[in-house]
Amino acid sequence: MDTLTDSMGTMLSADKPFSIAILAMGGQGGGVLADWIVALAESQGWVAQTSSVPGVAQRTGATIYYLEMIPAREGVTPILSLMPTPGDVDVVIAAELMEAGRSVMRGLVTPDKTLLVASTHRSFAVGEKEKPGDGIGNPETVVDATDFAAKKTVAFDMETLAAKNGSVISSAMFGAFAATRALPFAKEAYEETIKAGGKGVSASLKAFDAAYLRALKGENDKLSATPVKRLDPLPQTAGHAELDRLLTRIRAEFPEIAHPMLYAGVKKLTDFQDPRYADEYLTRVAELHAADRAQGGADKGFAFTVQAAKYVAVAMAYDDVVRVADLKVRGSRFERVRKEVGVKEDQILYMTEYMHPRMDEVCGTLPKGLGLWIEQRPKVFAFLDKRINKGRRVKTGTLFWFSGLYLISALRRIRRGSLRHFREIEHREAWLHKALEVLPINYDLAVEVIGTRRLVKGYSDTHARGLSKFDRVLDALPMLRAREDGAVWLKRLRQAALLDETGIALDGALKTVATL
Amino acid sequence: MAERSFAREVEDLKLGEGDIFRGEGILAITKALLQSGVSYVGGYQGSPISHLMDVLADAKDVMNDLGVHFESSASEAAAAAMLSASVMYPVRGAVTWKSTAGTNVASDALSNLSSGGVTGGALVIIGEDFGEGSSIMQERSHAFAMKSQMWLLTPRPNLPAIVDAVEKGFELSEASNTPVMLQVGIRSCHVHGQFTAKDNKRPAFTLREAMENPRRDVSRIVLPPATFLHEKEKLERRWPAAVQFVKDNRLNEFFGPEEGDVGIILQGGLYNSAMRALQQLGLADVYGNSRVPIYCMNVAYPMIDDEVIAFAAGKKAVIMLEEGAPEYIEQTLHTLMRRRDIQTKVSGKDILPLGGEYTAPVLVKGLAAFFEANAPQLLGNRPPVPDAEPVLNDPKVKALAEVVPARPAGFCTGCPERPIFAAMKLVEKELGEHHVSADIGCHLFSILPPFNIGGTTMGYGLGPASASAFNVEADKRSISVMGDGGFWHNGLASSVGNAVFNKQDGVILVVDNFYSAATGGQDILSSRAQNARRKTNNSIVDAVTGIGAKWVRQIDRTYDVAKMRDTLREALTTKETGPKIIVASSECMLNKQRRVKPQFNKAVKEGKRMVKERFGVDEDVCTGDHACIRLSGCPSLSVKHTDDPLKDDPVAAIDNSCVGCGNCGEVSEAAVLCPSFYRADVINNPTGWDRFLHRARNAVIGWLQQRRQSSRIVFAD
Repeated sequence: MDTLTDSMGTMLSADKPFSIAILAMGGQGGGVLADWIVALAESQGWVAQTSSVPGVAQRTGATIYYLEMIPAREGVTPILSLMPTPGDVDVVIAAELMEAGRSVMRGLVTPDKTLLVASTHRSFAVGEKEKPGDGIGNPETVVDATDFAAKKTVAFDMETLAAKNGSVISSAMFGAFAATRALPFAKEAYEETIKAGGKGVSASLKAFDAAYLRALKGENDKLSATPVKRLDPLPQTAGHAELDRLLTRIRAEFPEIAHPMLYAGVKKLTDFQDPRYADEYLTRVAELHAADRAQGGADKGFAFTVQAAKYVAVAMAYDDVVRVADLKVRGSRFERVRKEVGVKEDQILYMTEYMHPRMDEVCGTLPKGLGLWIEQRPKVFAFLDKRINKGRRVKTGTLFWFSGLYLISALRRIRRGSLRHFREIEHREAWLHKALEVLPINYDLAVEVIGTRRLVKGYSDTHARGLSKFDRVLDALPMLRAREDGAVWLKRLRQAALLDETGIALDGALKTVATL
Repeated sequence: MAERSFAREVEDLKLGEGDIFRGEGILAITKALLQSGVSYVGGYQGSPISHLMDVLADAKDVMNDLGVHFESSASEAAAAAMLSASVMYPVRGAVTWKSTAGTNVASDALSNLSSGGVTGGALVIIGEDFGEGSSIMQERSHAFAMKSQMWLLTPRPNLPAIVDAVEKGFELSEASNTPVMLQVGIRSCHVHGQFTAKDNKRPAFTLREAMENPRRDVSRIVLPPATFLHEKEKLERRWPAAVQFVKDNRLNEFFGPEEGDVGIILQGGLYNSAMRALQQLGLADVYGNSRVPIYCMNVAYPMIDDEVIAFAAGKKAVIMLEEGAPEYIEQTLHTLMRRRDIQTKVSGKDILPLGGEYTAPVLVKGLAAFFEANAPQLLGNRPPVPDAEPVLNDPKVKALAEVVPARPAGFCTGCPERPIFAAMKLVEKELGEHHVSADIGCHLFSILPPFNIGGTTMGYGLGPASASAFNVEADKRSISVMGDGGFWHNGLASSVGNAVFNKQDGVILVVDNFYSAATGGQDILSSRAQNARRKTNNSIVDAVTGIGAKWVRQIDRTYDVAKMRDTLREALTTKETGPKIIVASSECMLNKQRRVKPQFNKAVKEGKRMVKERFGVDEDVCTGDHACIRLSGCPSLSVKHTDDPLKDDPVAAIDNSCVGCGNCGEVSEAAVLCPSFYRADVINNPTGWDRFLHRARNAVIGWLQQRRQSSRIVFAD
């Protein structure tokens, strides 16, 4: 053994324990993994210790398991630490991407010594999920940090790999860890440890092996902050004269840069209503495009046109009762649910929809005149609402409910005459009017005005709140139209509006804009 | 029945002389109790000693064989009072709880116990919930030992030391007629290690013998004038006896060289971290060799004056490593030095942080400062100390603060408490915010996003009591929340009784999930399971009406969000005076799944018709506003990006961990959110009638779907 002796004659050994920190969320099997590693080390004649802080953290909270191990030596007992020292951890195993980030933030991963084994899948925290917009943390930030902080990183989606092999993530992490050869034990010793555990052995071994091989590839999963969107190129033909006419229009009337988005819009609207409706859409966007061209949009890559192609389609495909019923009764939807739920051949699937129609939605679906007539008579409205407004469990797989929804979805034919359609057009035109008004003065701002449509979403109260945020953001237009950075500010307002439900952040941002 | 079973581990409790025991700290403690000839054991669950209670409960057979009585006490106070059996009789007893929370509750009985003193060994095993992962206020149990003059053991955090402390603790208690506290930290409770076992011992004197031959001695009862004698006896007889025992048995340990300019005095629990710190400073190795003399106080109270003086005298300086505030031991050390006029310098919290955990990096910093000031020659050839600072200061790492989300513990998937708070949110939208007094238990997670409900928490079962000042004329009522655990622990009398007696005009919401759920799913009085050794199924509603409450509502399915909301609204607006009590009951989902899942799978295997439910979201219908998540927060209800270029924000998605509790559907229905949720009922082993019906329905539905599809002109997907 290496020893150091000082003037006092004390002999000190230079042996150091091998340390592993496992970062997981409660219920992810971090404890199982820790126990496996301890059992493995003990079976190989090492002394191993593990400790953790479970407590209430066993329920979804972030947890750290810490292990130390060292080859046993006759006559001496090693003193092992119960918690990790930042800057002094040999291996960090993270059971989720953000937990890998957390391990770096806690200083457990350092370039001189730490091997990081991380699963790249995401389990979103409440703070990320609850945002009215997109609150998902940027995975690239984590990759940048781990690439910088770790001596070496083995990172891939162990959760999915484990599930594919019928097991849970702990087996996959054990496999990836084995492949790193961080501990001088043979693969068989790892497998023996799993076998000795006695539970779900064959599935665990399968996932272990798959992860082992995957880790040996030495290539980490690539992560991106930008979600993959399907923007198909414009096809030559769609196999139907009416559809081909739409494609021809796109090709003839619009710059190439807008084609994929227009195609997506046309697809959505034929599906929403019919080809004629998609044609109306193209006509409307063509008008906007003409204005764009007139204002020198060519130099700006026709950003206004592309943006309009997206959000006019979104606005025209509004969510009404007919749309919901239409989506719910489709054969393709039945098939998708079967797949999602994983229904086997010998099982039978029924779906129950949770719906809560109100008189508002009924009026919206009625022909404009009738709908308005009822709305203007509060007593009649209230009388009818009392009968309509309640939660309903709709069993779509039964004939009664299916035919009900089927009939509602057939109202598609008279949708153009409905009160809701009338209101949607009003709202849409007011919005586009604002954008067109700004366009000659401030091109970039006009593009952002179009993008503000993103705030309108949801149903009932949520929809109303979205509309009010939309209005409040656009109310700031007079203050911004003459500003060069007007577009930047409007974008900020939109981002603020998506931060919280009640619009506290938006209020703050609006106050700032008012002081400009 | 607790959520974790120790049935297999309990086998290890039968190990005999010379066998090697391998396992967790709490199991080692249980084994040590049996090796010590304990007669009775009690306690109240709570981290970090919940599993100790679970092990004891699962060890029923082993305990029965040895004639050991075990009970899950109603509270820590009940457990402490149980030790009264050792006052007159030579029986050994041990109780356990989470500290300091539990010690607060138990302190009345502990004071009385300490005053009269004990004949048989009385051991209080306290799980100190301090530092990372703690769920309670950060205080020290040390104060209780000092004020009641009980002895406090803080063994080194390894299994042999902890086991030894249990065995010696009983002896110390008997030698000094004083109850002894044994303190173990969160990590040492869960540390995996090994020790050499001994045979289990049957109690020499049984409880039966005691009951059949009762003894009494007025001088042991806490009543003047005996109490004045107790005080004298504590100081003049029991204390010296304890000191003598500790010295004779060398409970405190010395490490490192005998001589040195400086020395380290530490609480036993800090030994491993201190050794790691010394190792990093190049002054110790992993096998316990040290270049600095160390005095390890496995007995934190009382201080053994002679040992400390012998250690400190002749040294230039000593440093006291003592975790937590205030620094009681350090203060005593100063007093001692001053009294004996010893000039050795005493360092401690002058260079170490006043509070917080003493981790290796904290100790490295403190010890380095101490050596630099008093023995710089020791730090000569210092190896580089592990340092993560440069990494942490890098912009790439700092950027993580923006994206890595806080991930506190929260409600589990399918938790029945979630719909209660969703309903409260909905009522808030109608009637405005109310003052909400929270309590201890899983329901306290309501204070976190997405619910953000709850103002204060004053103690277990004290939620409604902590709203008692708000019993004045006002346009709004206070709401107080209390779990079934808290209700039976203390709440029935202190909260409900108090509210009835004082005609408290507030709403009391009792969250009943059939278990003491936050501590690991132990049975309590109102648990609905049949427990052969306990009397369960005692109604909370009967209890509150029995105590005089008039306005009482029972909700037997908390997932009915609309009913929950309407009941709350009624409670907040009714003209009725006095407390408005809502008992909201549904089984803890974690425990339910553990119970039901195997039964379900077995039934499916046997070919029985079984319907499995889970929820889903139609992503085409979902607009990505996440209103549902803000009223739920269920781990299985998440978000995902779709490939639809027209959708900017991620849509809601439900993963495979969904247990089909129905909360999302009920919430979206009650709050009129959106129609994207659906419940999928999967019929396993369908009957012939099921198949026939399904075929018939599908024929019609399929035909209609086909018809619609073919009449549509759409782009191929």
